Amino acid sequence: MEESTYREAVRSALREEMLRDPNVILLGESITGYGGSYAVTKGLVQEFGPHRVMETPIAEAGIVGFAVGAAMGGLRPVAELMTVNFALLALDQIVNSAAKFHFMFGGQWSVPMVVRTVSGFGQLGATHSQTFEGWFAHVPGLKVVMPATPADAKGLLLAAMRDPDPVMFIEHSLLYSTRGPMPDDPETVVPIGRARIARAGSDVTVVAYSRMLLQALQAAEVLEREDGCQVEVIDLRTLRPVDYPTVTQSIQRTHRVVVCGEDWRTGGFGASLLAELQDRCFDDLDAPIARVAMADVPLPYARNLERALIPSSEQVVQAVRGIL
Amino acid sequence: MGGGPRKGRRYNAGVAATRAVRPGAGTRRGGGRRRSPALPADLTAERCRQLYRQMVLIRRFEEHAAEAYAQAKVGGFLHLYIGEEAVAVGALAAARPTDDVLSHYRDHGYALARGCDPTACMAELFGRATGVSRGMGGSMHLADRSRHFWGGHAIVGSHIPIGTGMAYAAKLQGRDDVVLEFFGDGATGNGIFHEGLNMAALWKVPVVFVCENNLYGMGATLAEESPVRDMVIRAEGYTMPALQCDGMDVVAVYETLRVAIAHAREGRGPYFVECLTYRFRGHSMADPELYRDKDEVRRWRALDPITRFGARLVAERISTEQELTAVGDEVEEEMLRVVAAADAGAVPDLATLSQLVYAHPIDPTTPPADQEPQLAPRPAASGRR
Repeated sequence: MEESTYREAVRSALREEMLRDPNVILLGESITGYGGSYAVTKGLVQEFGPHRVMETPIAEAGIVGFAVGAAMGGLRPVAELMTVNFALLALDQIVNSAAKFHFMFGGQWSVPMVVRTVSGFGQLGATHSQTFEGWFAHVPGLKVVMPATPADAKGLLLAAMRDPDPVMFIEHSLLYSTRGPMPDDPETVVPIGRARIARAGSDVTVVAYSRMLLQALQAAEVLEREDGCQVEVIDLRTLRPVDYPTVTQSIQRTHRVVVCGEDWRTGGFGASLLAELQDRCFDDLDAPIARVAMADVPLPYARNLERALIPSSEQVVQAVRGIL
Repeated sequence: MGGGPRKGRRYNAGVAATRAVRPGAGTRRGGGRRRSPALPADLTAERCRQLYRQMVLIRRFEEHAAEAYAQAKVGGFLHLYIGEEAVAVGALAAARPTDDVLSHYRDHGYALARGCDPTACMAELFGRATGVSRGMGGSMHLADRSRHFWGGHAIVGSHIPIGTGMAYAAKLQGRDDVVLEFFGDGATGNGIFHEGLNMAALWKVPVVFVCENNLYGMGATLAEESPVRDMVIRAEGYTMPALQCDGMDVVAVYETLRVAIAHAREGRGPYFVECLTYRFRGHSMADPELYRDKDEVRRWRALDPITRFGARLVAERISTEQELTAVGDEVEEEMLRVVAAADAGAVPDLATLSQLVYAHPIDPTTPPADQEPQLAPRPAASGRR
């Protein structure tokens, strides 16, 4: 089995789909000569030319609006928004155009496009360190995907590029250099809307996605070593639609659950997930649902303060211990 | 240079030559004559009569829509296009049926001028399953893909980059279709307008931007919302050729759009057209019109595009007064049938709610293999680059 970094996995999905489907185009800020802010699209303009790998002005709303139209015109655009923070400038196009057209125009056409963007932090300051998946997962009409592993980054991106609906594909800046096994068949598609049991266990379920999956797996090792606790870790992978059957079946086995995310506690994705799990699993629960989330504070620059805020494996360990 | 638009001339912002059709000024550019341009050769008598009928159809459709609104058969907002009919009719007459069209939310005129079924349009206003958008869109969101009418768009300016993207797709796939985008003067204050124009100019996209300058952005006057009075000046910053025309004259609109569309179709990039026009009714049915005076409305009503074009058809012996009256009567009868048929349409089924959110809904309780998305057939993106 071959290994790949998360960054290479994303690039390889883009490249293979561009080879397979001449209608796939990429567009975004500094994605050609520069190779992308996180070097994901490096080399693609040389291979496919500037008409399929398009350098755009710094105009996020325009980029997404253009991609919506390109999709309506028969292309399969993949728009890169440098970070999820900048996606706020494109919210109208994502929410009012991409997510609405199929419904609002009576199903006459869909908008098959992908918005690739990036969550993450690292002393970037308050406007560049945010986590907004909950906002997108809030919107009917969007599909929201947040891969945690290289194999999922590739397989889910392939699925997203072939999906007839608009997909928010949110990568994580701190995962780009992580490595992981890739399936032998390079065309392995990971279906949208399927969670994965990343580690089997019988005592407690921890639901995580994106970078928090890694924190949850580390926490599971600590808990096994220090507490003899068998943690089942679920990688949600898709935030809309959520694979509730996989999660609720796990809770029926463990009777305890911790919900993990990096977004703010108030109104965050985890809050909605928690509410839904309580509705679906109340009778199966032996303890209140616990939650790991970001404190309701903007991210500071100072390293020590930022570290104090970012959800960590230690916080997952504490959350599990709190409900055992 | 006479009254007609100048072919292919880039508008020069430094020359304040366009005080075209303010009321009472007649039609002129650069101090030209007051008359409409001569009928172009391709506007045959038959086509002229069609254009006249289309404008009457839009007018009568909307009068009936307003009546239905008063009877609470139409909900939400109803924005009437009355007064601006020459823009939609003249512009779309200059386009091919396969050219893609996107408009703002005052969209009835475009749908009807594109040939959408008036009953399906009225049924949409009535919220029926038989509506063009199956009752999911309403007045502001008429669309008919089969007629390349890609919708009324109700977030001001939002469709400007969308049409630009559609035009890029046509270019990349080697089609020579052009996209026509209609928006108001109010949209030019929004950033998305500038982002769309910038991209269109950068990538030489075959799109024609048509600004309907009706002097008001809802209740804001032009002077309150824009530092420039002539919207063609906006195009200058994007090195985009632009023309301004009398939007109350269907022939002037037709001729101007013919120039613009030809430019875009020849692969020479985007074009900007400003149509000076006026809405005779309020912004929506709820508008008490406190922001404009009745004299101004009266002056513009004197330029009514339907009576003006009708008088011309009579003067040029294309139609007689009696024939024009007969057109009005026929359309009126048709509209009575349209309203009755729309009213007879079924309301949408509750199941519609879950069917339309996604083109490919995902149900995690069934195996993935059973619900692979239906991949759209892929035309090869060969040809022109």
